[in-house]
Amino acid sequence: MISKLKYYLKTILLVELFQGLWLTGKYFFSKKVTLQFPEENTPTSPRFRGLLALRRYPNGEERCIACKLCEAVCPALAITIEAEPRKSDGQRRTTSYEIDLFKCIYCGFCEESCPVDSIVVTKNMHYHFEERGQQIMTKEKLLAIGDKYEAQIAADKTLDEPYR
Amino acid sequence: MLLETIFFYLFAAGVVLSAVGVVFLRNPVHSALSLVLAFVFSACLWLMLQAEFLALILILVYVGAVMTLFLFVVMTINLDADIKKQTFVHYLPFGLLLMALLAALLLFVLKPAHFLSIGQPIIQDQDYSNVQVLGKVLYTHYVYPFELAAVLLLVAIVAAISLNPRQPSNKKTQNTEKQLYIKRADRVRLLSMPTEKKP
Amino acid sequence: MIHDIFILIYTLIKVVLITLPLLLFVAYLTYLERKIIGYIQGRIGPNRVGIYGLAQPFADFFKLLTKELIIPTASNRYLFLIAPVLALVPALAAWAVIPFSEGLVLSNINAGLLYLFAISSLGVYGILIAGWASNSKYALLGAMRSAAQTISYEIAMGFAFVGVLMASGTLNLQDIVLHQQGGILHWFWIPLLPLFFVYWVSAVAETNRAPFDVAEGESEIVAGFHVEYSGMTFAIFFMAEYANMILVSAIAALLFLGGWLSPFENIPVLDAWFDWVPGFAWLLLKTSGFLFLLIWLRATFPRYRYDQIMRLGWKVLIPITILWIVVLGFSIESHLGPWFTEERMAITHDTFVG
Repeated sequence: MISKLKYYLKTILLVELFQGLWLTGKYFFSKKVTLQFPEENTPTSPRFRGLLALRRYPNGEERCIACKLCEAVCPALAITIEAEPRKSDGQRRTTSYEIDLFKCIYCGFCEESCPVDSIVVTKNMHYHFEERGQQIMTKEKLLAIGDKYEAQIAADKTLDEPYR
Repeated sequence: MLLETIFFYLFAAGVVLSAVGVVFLRNPVHSALSLVLAFVFSACLWLMLQAEFLALILILVYVGAVMTLFLFVVMTINLDADIKKQTFVHYLPFGLLLMALLAALLLFVLKPAHFLSIGQPIIQDQDYSNVQVLGKVLYTHYVYPFELAAVLLLVAIVAAISLNPRQPSNKKTQNTEKQLYIKRADRVRLLSMPTEKKP
Repeated sequence: MIHDIFILIYTLIKVVLITLPLLLFVAYLTYLERKIIGYIQGRIGPNRVGIYGLAQPFADFFKLLTKELIIPTASNRYLFLIAPVLALVPALAAWAVIPFSEGLVLSNINAGLLYLFAISSLGVYGILIAGWASNSKYALLGAMRSAAQTISYEIAMGFAFVGVLMASGTLNLQDIVLHQQGGILHWFWIPLLPLFFVYWVSAVAETNRAPFDVAEGESEIVAGFHVEYSGMTFAIFFMAEYANMILVSAIAALLFLGGWLSPFENIPVLDAWFDWVPGFAWLLLKTSGFLFLLIWLRATFPRYRYDQIMRLGWKVLIPITILWIVVLGFSIESHLGPWFTEERMAITHDTFVG
C-alpha cells in the first residue's frame, strides 16, 4: 500500500524524469571526447596491423627469400609468390610477390611465419584505391612502402621485441 | 466588395467541385480527401460570413479529428477501387431518388421567396466576436438543450467504452499498468559474493 | 477595389517578413539540435563548415536541394508530392495569430487560440497522406501511428487550452498575455501548473518528437512516414517538424509564461535595469528555452512504446486536465489571488458584456 502510494507520488511528480534530465544536463557541460580526425589521431599500438610492407636489410638487399611460408599460412589466400634463382648471383628470390588487399584480412599470420622478418604489417591504415586493380600490391609497391616506413617499422618491432 | 464576391464564388465552386469529387472519384482515399477539401472550403465560406467560431470548429472537429479517423480506416481496409465503379450504376436510381427528396425538402423549408429576400449578409463591425455571441446564446437561451446534448454524448462514450471487451479471454495481452509498476528490486537481485580465488 | 489590393499586398509583405526569419530560425534550429545533442553525448557536433560549423544548415540545404527526387513507381504521384507541402503549411499558417509583442501581430483575431488549435490539427494530414501515398508498409504504419497519437493528444492539449481560456476569459492571444501582467508570479504557469505540464507533454507528442516519435521510429519502422522521400521533399518534412517545434514552444511561452512580458516586472531595481529590452526579445528567449527543453528531452528519454503512449494520453493526461479544470473553476469563483482577483477578472467581464 505504502509502496504503491510512493510509486504514484513518484510518477506524478516526475521524479525519475527529472533525474534523467539532471544526468544528461550534467553531461552537457562535461569535457568533450571528440577527436578532430585529420588533425588528431587516436593513439595506435605498436602491434597495430595495418597496411603490409616488405622490408630490406640495411645494406639494401631485400629480405625475402621466397620460402613461401606466408603464402602457405595465409588464411585468405591473398598472397601469390613466384620464385626462381636470381640471374646475377643465383640466389633464391621472388620474381613476383603479390598481395590482394581485397582478400587480405590483416591477421598478421604472414608476419608471424616469416623467418627473415621480411613481410610485416605496418601501423599505416590510411590508404585508398581509386581504380580496380590497384588493390593488388606488387613486390615493387610493397618494397616501396617498406622503404618509406622503415624507421617506424623498426621502432615498432623493437618495442614489441621483449614480448616475443 | 468585388474582391469578396470573387472569393465567394471561388470557395463556392470549391465546395461544389470537391463534393462532386467525393461521389465520383474512384479511389476511396481520394474521395475522403476531397470530402476534407469540401469541409475546408465551407469553413472558408463561414469565415466570410464572420462566423469564425463555426468555421474553426468545423476545421478542428471534422477536418482535424473525424476525417483523420475516417482516412485512418479507409487507408487500412484497402477497398478495391473497382467495386465502387460497379456499384455506382447499381445504386444510381436510389441515389437520385434520395437527392430529389432532399432537394424537395430544402425547397419546401427554404421557400424560393426566402432566397430573394436574404440579400447581402449583415457586416458586423470590428469588435464583433462570434464566439462570445454564440456562447451567450448557448449558455442562456439554449442551456438545457446544450446540456442534454452533452449528456447524450457522454452516454455514447460510456456505451462505446463498455462495448469494448476489457480482457480478451483467449488472447495474450500486455498489462501496461503492471509492467510500469515493476521496480528494479522485483527483477534484479544484487549479491555480494567473496571472490573465489585471490588475485 | 484598389484599396483592397493594396491591403492584400501589404499583408503579403508582412507574411514574408514573418516567414523568412522563421525559416532561417528553422535552419539554425537543426544546427542547434545537432550541437546540443552532441554536447549532451560528449561530442562537439558539427564544426567544419564555416566558423563553429555555422554554415552547416546551408550546406545541408544545398545538398538536399541538389539531390535527386525519387518518386516510387507504385506511389500515388500527386498526393506523394503534395504531402510535404501539407505538412509545412499549417506550421507556417499558425504564425498568423502569434503576437510577437503588444500590437505586433499579423492578425489580431478574437478566436486566436481556437485558430491555433484548428490549424495545428491539420498538420497530421501531411503525415497521413505521405504514409498512404508512398505505398510502402513502413510508411503506412508510421502514418497510422501518427494519426492515432495526434488525435489522442489533441484532446489533452485542448483541455489545457480550456484551462488557459478559463483563467483569462478570452480566446484572443494578445489579451491572454495581457492578463498575465504583473511579474513572474502572475503568469499562468503557477495556477495552471498541471495543465502546463500536460500541454507540454502533448505538444511534444503533437510534433512527433522523441520520446513520442513512434511515427518516425528509426529503429522500428526505418523512418516511418518519410521512408520514401528524398531530396527536397524530405527537407520540407524536416522543416515542417522544426517549424512545429518552434510553434509549440512559442505557444507555451505565450499561454503559460507571459509571452513578451518581462520576468522582472514590479521588481524594484531589476525592472528599471531591464526596461530597455524589447518585448519581442523576451518572447524569443522564452521560446528558445522551450526549444532547448525539447532537444534536451530528445537527448534524454528513450522512445515510448506505442500502447504506453495511448495509455498516457487517455488514462493519465486527460483525467488530470479534467480534474484541474474543476479546481480552476472553484479558484476562479473564489477569486484566488493574485491571478483571479476581482479587478483582474473584471477586465474580462467588461469585454464580455460589451
